Amino acid sequence: MEKIFQVKHLFYKVNETTILKDINLDIQKGKYITVVGPSGSGKSTLMRILASMISSTSGDVIFDGKSIETYDPILYRQKVSYAFQQPTLFGKTVRENLAFPFEVRKKEVDEAKIIDYLKMVNLDETYIDKSVNDVSGGEKQRIALLRNLLFPPEVLITDEVTAGLDAENKEIVHKMLNQFNQRGLTILRVTHDETEIEVADDKISIRKGELVND
Amino acid sequence: MTNLTVSNSTLALGFVLVLVALVIGYVEKLHINKDILIGVVRAIVQLSIVGYVLKFVIKADDIWLTGACFVIIVINASWNAGKRGNGIPKAFQSSLLAISVGTVITLGTLVWTGSIKFVPEQIVPVTGMIASNIMVAIGLCYRNMMQTFTDRHQQVLEKLALGADIKMACLDILRDSIRSGMQPTIDSIKTLGLVSLPGMMSGLIFAGVDPVKAIKYQIIVTFMLLASTGLGSIISCYLAYKQFFNERKQLRNELIS
Repeated sequence: MEKIFQVKHLFYKVNETTILKDINLDIQKGKYITVVGPSGSGKSTLMRILASMISSTSGDVIFDGKSIETYDPILYRQKVSYAFQQPTLFGKTVRENLAFPFEVRKKEVDEAKIIDYLKMVNLDETYIDKSVNDVSGGEKQRIALLRNLLFPPEVLITDEVTAGLDAENKEIVHKMLNQFNQRGLTILRVTHDETEIEVADDKISIRKGELVND
Repeated sequence: MTNLTVSNSTLALGFVLVLVALVIGYVEKLHINKDILIGVVRAIVQLSIVGYVLKFVIKADDIWLTGACFVIIVINASWNAGKRGNGIPKAFQSSLLAISVGTVITLGTLVWTGSIKFVPEQIVPVTGMIASNIMVAIGLCYRNMMQTFTDRHQQVLEKLALGADIKMACLDILRDSIRSGMQPTIDSIKTLGLVSLPGMMSGLIFAGVDPVKAIKYQIIVTFMLLASTGLGSIISCYLAYKQFFNERKQLRNELIS
């Protein structure tokens, strides 16, 4: 199977503290992988490096055969999208958030597509004009994920996006991610949830900045 | 002109007003008396030097000397504005470009329209007025930018993660910062004549100029300040926001408190 990521001798240091130590890793295209480890183990840092939100101190990340340093960061982040644990919604209404991916790509906003995507996460069209202050935590996370997926990337990295959500919201998010994975999206999912870990294709474990075999 | 009666002895008597501030500082234990005294001494020394320098420059009526005054004012203003951008890399360079462009365009327009003449007694004070206003505006822009990048860094990160360019990721911060630089000028314009009789107009009235004529100058000054703070704010903000990102278009966390 084709490798989408190859991580080679990756180190990440902040001042004198080593956060990631000699990470070597291959990730196959189209896989659903969970990333696990205790808090502070460096898993979010590794994911942020893969998403080009920060750069490693040394080592290399190869994406689709080329070092990520050779990609235009903007275009790269449209291919490898990162979803935050506690997202914020921009502006005043949900519309501004879901129009954003279109604006980024200088495309006309396709409202029908937005409504289809909202329905996919059990939200109806009335949500488009809702104030960002009137949506619940679970709805906010679902809307934030739609921003990442309206133009499906090649890889979606999610950082504990279901932490703090109730069972119903977790299930909706989980179902949506599965659907996209079945269409070929590679998913790297940082999680502590045992159910999520069980259903994934594979698992990456990190402890004290190093990969470990559980 | 005959009404201008400030002499050395009246200045000395006027020092009583400084004592008022010192007494307040002492009684209320504000620990500002040292600052007040340093400020007063600096003001006296600086203004005395400037007074003599201006006297010389105006008498010499030389284009190079006038130009040198312009350069000194602009560099000083830029240095001070740069200090207010504490933490923003290249704040001095950004301020220098913003103040230079803002001052040249505004001053050039005033000379071109015939509002002022290219003579040292008009060019030097007007340069000072423009540069100092841009300096204050840039200081406000920088302070607002540092604060809003800190407050909204999560939002900037999320926009970057969605594939936005750096400008798009912080467009609201950019707009808020430009607005914060221009807002005090806009606010002060609204109360002109109602609350304040500004410096230019007051100075002319003091010197015996017909108040109706003095307001015309003040109106020109108002236009001038609007243009210059607008230009200074937009240039400095557009240069400064880029400093918050590295060459890989990642947010520089070390700049955010």
